[in-house]
Amino acid sequence: MTGPVDTETLSMLKEVMEDDFSELITTFLDDAASRVGQLPSLLEQGDAKALRLCAHSLKGSSSNLGAIVFSDLCFEIESRANDNQLEEIEGYIERIEQEFLRVKSALEKLL
Amino acid sequence: MSESVPLTILIADDTDSDRLILEAIVKKEGHRVVSVCDGQEAISAFIAERPDMVLLDALMPRLDGFGAARKIKELAGQELVPIIFLTSLTDTESLVHCLDAGGDDFLSKPYNRVILKAKIKSFSRMREMHNEVQIQRDQIASHNDHLMQEQTIAKQVFDNIAHTGCLDAANVNYFLSPLAVFNGDVIVAAIRPSGSMMVLLGDFTGHGLPAAIGAMPLASSFYGMVQKGFSMVDILREVNQKLKQILPIGVFCCATIVDMNFVKKKIKIWNGGLPDGYVHRAATGEVETIKSTHLPLGVLDDMSFRDDCQHIEMELGDRLYMWSDGIIESRNGSGDMFGEERLRALFDSKKQAEPVFDRILNSVHEYAEGERDDDLSLIELTMVEPAEVINTNLDYEPQRYGGLLEWALDLELKPSTFRMFDPLPLLLNILVEVPGLRSHSGNLYTILAELYSNALEHGVLGLDSSWKQTPEGFARYYDERKKRVDALEGGFVRFKLDHEVEGDGGTLNIRVTDSGPGFEHQRNINNSHKAEGYSGRGIPLIRTLCDSLRYIGVGNQVEVIFKWDADD
Repeated sequence: MTGPVDTETLSMLKEVMEDDFSELITTFLDDAASRVGQLPSLLEQGDAKALRLCAHSLKGSSSNLGAIVFSDLCFEIESRANDNQLEEIEGYIERIEQEFLRVKSALEKLL
Repeated sequence: MSESVPLTILIADDTDSDRLILEAIVKKEGHRVVSVCDGQEAISAFIAERPDMVLLDALMPRLDGFGAARKIKELAGQELVPIIFLTSLTDTESLVHCLDAGGDDFLSKPYNRVILKAKIKSFSRMREMHNEVQIQRDQIASHNDHLMQEQTIAKQVFDNIAHTGCLDAANVNYFLSPLAVFNGDVIVAAIRPSGSMMVLLGDFTGHGLPAAIGAMPLASSFYGMVQKGFSMVDILREVNQKLKQILPIGVFCCATIVDMNFVKKKIKIWNGGLPDGYVHRAATGEVETIKSTHLPLGVLDDMSFRDDCQHIEMELGDRLYMWSDGIIESRNGSGDMFGEERLRALFDSKKQAEPVFDRILNSVHEYAEGERDDDLSLIELTMVEPAEVINTNLDYEPQRYGGLLEWALDLELKPSTFRMFDPLPLLLNILVEVPGLRSHSGNLYTILAELYSNALEHGVLGLDSSWKQTPEGFARYYDERKKRVDALEGGFVRFKLDHEVEGDGGTLNIRVTDSGPGFEHQRNINNSHKAEGYSGRGIPLIRTLCDSLRYIGVGNQVEVIFKWDADD
């Protein structure tokens, strides 16, 4: 099983960001935590479009940080929301929340 | 490795972490970054900073990437500002949407530094090329404007030269596009002092200014010389020589020139290189063609130039048609030419009341099916009574010819002059100022030369031309001539020239008197074959060149009468 974050991506980021690397990690984690938190309520509201956009955004930013598994899960939610298949999304939200914890833990180690 | 030219790059992404990463990558490549989080800010930043390139997130709050892209492209105007969409949208529909909004490329997430660097480099090069192309386009437009201005001026100059013509005469019908001179086509027409009409249709090779340049000296020579009464042949030669001198190799003028005599009801016509001219007989409806039998003007030097013309009689109502190859070479939509056969056929149909002239123009216009058809030149001349062709030219001066008309000249040469001066070129120079004598300059020279040599060598120096029968005698003759001229202390040769205008021409009276004792001419005056007494005076030859020749008094005075006619 692959780790929550891709080490090559992170070392490339470290080289590019230099001293701003920590700022990047914290910015991502704050933003991602907020969005993950929004998912349940959006689902409850049945707002497929908002759900889709939220998942899409999360997918992009997490892929930039090398959180591949997490990013794929976001895609699952995004495409189901796009097809209006809201029923299956609940399960994925749970899995995303769990994966997020693992990603967060891995990243915080690098601060 | 960073780019050689630092750019200003605008980054618009609503996700903070993504934006941070992009900023860092772009800065590391050596560029200056302007960073915003939504579409509206992107537009304001674009206006404020005028970046060289824009990286735009597709989905953003407030104004999204698509809207921002459209606005930015509008603001950029003629300038090329590449827009790269940042998106992990992968479906084709979304990507097409990006392009429609003005996007030039995509960058997908996760951002790859190498790929981004490559795209920046490639678009930067494109921008530079685009700028260069615009600069060159502006230069070309500017040059084109100059060319147009030059052509306008050239046309004005040409029109000033050409305005003295008689193209508005009652018997003339013509079609010439206003800018024809830049297609190389030119029509000049004028009434000669004698009342006949001279018309030249010319088609210079090439287009634009080079084609128009030749038309200027052609027109100015034509009008200048016609007004002075010069003949068609004189004018042809002069124009040919001028064009040969000034035009480069490969540039020449196909032309037809015609002299239409309304009194004698005939035309004299010369065609060098233009399509056949037509004479359309009013009575029978038949068409006679006037083929090109000469090389165009400006090709041959004066010695090789042939000025022989065709002479054709025309009844009242008969019409002469001349055209450039524009008619025959008109093409329709499929690219087929109008051709000579179609043109010839237009003259055969008797059914229409439509005059042939209009018929030709309308047929070509229809045939061309809307393609450009103003490249054709056509002129129709009708044989009419002289009274119908009044010279309305306001510049027409009361005297009939510019140049020497009625005058007399007395020139006496004395011994010191004989030694060193040849009076013949001087006399000839004066004579050719009479327009009607110019074309006879060769014969006049022969006459004067013979009379002068007789007067000087036989009259004054007393030489015997029988010495010239043998080669040794020849040398002895000229040896003796030099001796006697050098030793001469007295004696003279006198030229008296008298010119009067007579009807349509003139009479030149030449008298040469020498100080010698004369000779017995009375016995031989009617004997044109015997050379004795005339002693090689070349009199039989001169007799053929002039109207009359007689000796006066003791024979030391000879009178030659030479007549010329405007019809020459």
